[in-house]
Amino acid sequence: MIEWTGVIVQGVLLGGLYALFAAGLSLIFGVMRLVNIAHGDLIILAAYLGLSTTMMFGVHPFAAALLVLPVMAVIGYVLQRGILNQTLGPDILPPLLVTFGLSVIIQNALLEGYTADPQKLSAGAIETASVSMGGLTIGILPLLTFGIAVAVIAGLQWMFYSTALGRGFRAVSDNQDIAQLMGLNKAHVFGLAMALALAVTGIAGILLGIRTSFDPSIGGGRLIFGFEAVIIGGLGNLWGTLAGGVILGVAQTIGAKIDPGWQVLTGHIAFLVVLAVRPNGLFPRVQH
Amino acid sequence: MSDPILSLSKLDAHYGDFQALYGVDMDIHAGEVIAIIGANGAGKSTLMRSISGLMPNAPEQVRLNGEPIGTLRADEVAYRGLALVPEGRQLFPSLSVEENLMLGGKVARPGPWSLTAVYDLFPVLKERRKQASTSLSGGQQQMVAIGRALMANPEVILFDEISLGLAPVIIKTIYDALPGIIGGGMTALVVEQDISKALEVSSRVFCLQEGRVSLSGKTGDVTRDQITAAYFGVAA
Repeated sequence: MIEWTGVIVQGVLLGGLYALFAAGLSLIFGVMRLVNIAHGDLIILAAYLGLSTTMMFGVHPFAAALLVLPVMAVIGYVLQRGILNQTLGPDILPPLLVTFGLSVIIQNALLEGYTADPQKLSAGAIETASVSMGGLTIGILPLLTFGIAVAVIAGLQWMFYSTALGRGFRAVSDNQDIAQLMGLNKAHVFGLAMALALAVTGIAGILLGIRTSFDPSIGGGRLIFGFEAVIIGGLGNLWGTLAGGVILGVAQTIGAKIDPGWQVLTGHIAFLVVLAVRPNGLFPRVQH
Repeated sequence: MSDPILSLSKLDAHYGDFQALYGVDMDIHAGEVIAIIGANGAGKSTLMRSISGLMPNAPEQVRLNGEPIGTLRADEVAYRGLALVPEGRQLFPSLSVEENLMLGGKVARPGPWSLTAVYDLFPVLKERRKQASTSLSGGQQQMVAIGRALMANPEVILFDEISLGLAPVIIKTIYDALPGIIGGGMTALVVEQDISKALEVSSRVFCLQEGRVSLSGKTGDVTRDQITAAYFGVAA
């Protein structure tokens, strides 16, 4: 019994990481209806930027985040205004194709720059530290990851519903023309949304890099986990995204407990079950 | 006479191969209230979209305070003091009543309009300020749309079909509020299908027919027959 409790707790905490993968996707889809196929590769790019920063300055990965996050935000803004804004329109195909191409470019650039060797961010003692709770041993790093995920989503939620920036995001999402009439330049607003999304991606990339080893080819898998978390939770609902990540994480750890080879498969099955039963996800955005 | 505040010269507009406006000329002076009338499809809303920057023009085709604004984006035009109350109200459904108004206040030019002033003009909005904008009645939504445009403190305000789809009693309430809005020296263009309402509040009238100005003149000088001819295109 206690063994299974442990499995579920691990799954919940893993879900925090998936929610971080998903939050950026959810944000940009919510604001500009853009499906970013390169999202997974941008997570891996952030992990490599973290790696370079730790090597160059000899700092802890958490300190590296202070540089990686703003850099990712700038990349996001420039990418959006330079390329992605031109692809947005009534047709949903161009942004899909362009971000798909971007995904290929990022993967190959990482391969050129860092080779295919697996890398890892070294965070020292925190990687193996744990606390005991009621007979369970819980790793500090997964716990911290989950805490960060909750904080990030609470922060995004607050930004969306209580700040002028969030008001602008919602207005542009509702009606681009009218928002423009109100003095919002949608090209700039979209740039800000992508900057914010990639800053969150930066957090996700660094935590991923500390948790597991990574190489340039694994972005696609992270994209799938992020997508699944978004869809399970319901499009456009940030807390739903956290719930989606948790469900995906728990399904994966339960699968891995039954047979280590089943981890990814059970996650996909859980996703398919939710999609079959609730095609709009568990907590679709309430239109008020 | 002083220079016009808003001036259109040979303004054309196209949707793909379809031409919606043909060489429209207008000179509008500060403080004037202009009625723009015309049948469905005459180009009234296209005219509004062109002036407000939602449709691109050549630079000199639209001038605001003498400056060419024809190629500016809608947000840039808004900062220069022109606001549009769009046809069909088009509030932001994800935003509450107050958030809709605050968004209108993003272009905070100096002037008399603020949340308090809008709530004084339409007290019912104050009671409902926390509600979702779509939960209001059509008339109340129209008040929000007008308030949202006023929050920018524009010099020129465009009203596109503000009576559309509203009950006569509501239309009356809204039109009764107009002098209080425009009285402060604001220049207004009132686009209407309801001719009598438009003529009531305006000092000059332009009639559009198939993308061209078919009649213009002082409201008192044009006759019913002239309007009928210009409106429907039948020989007077």
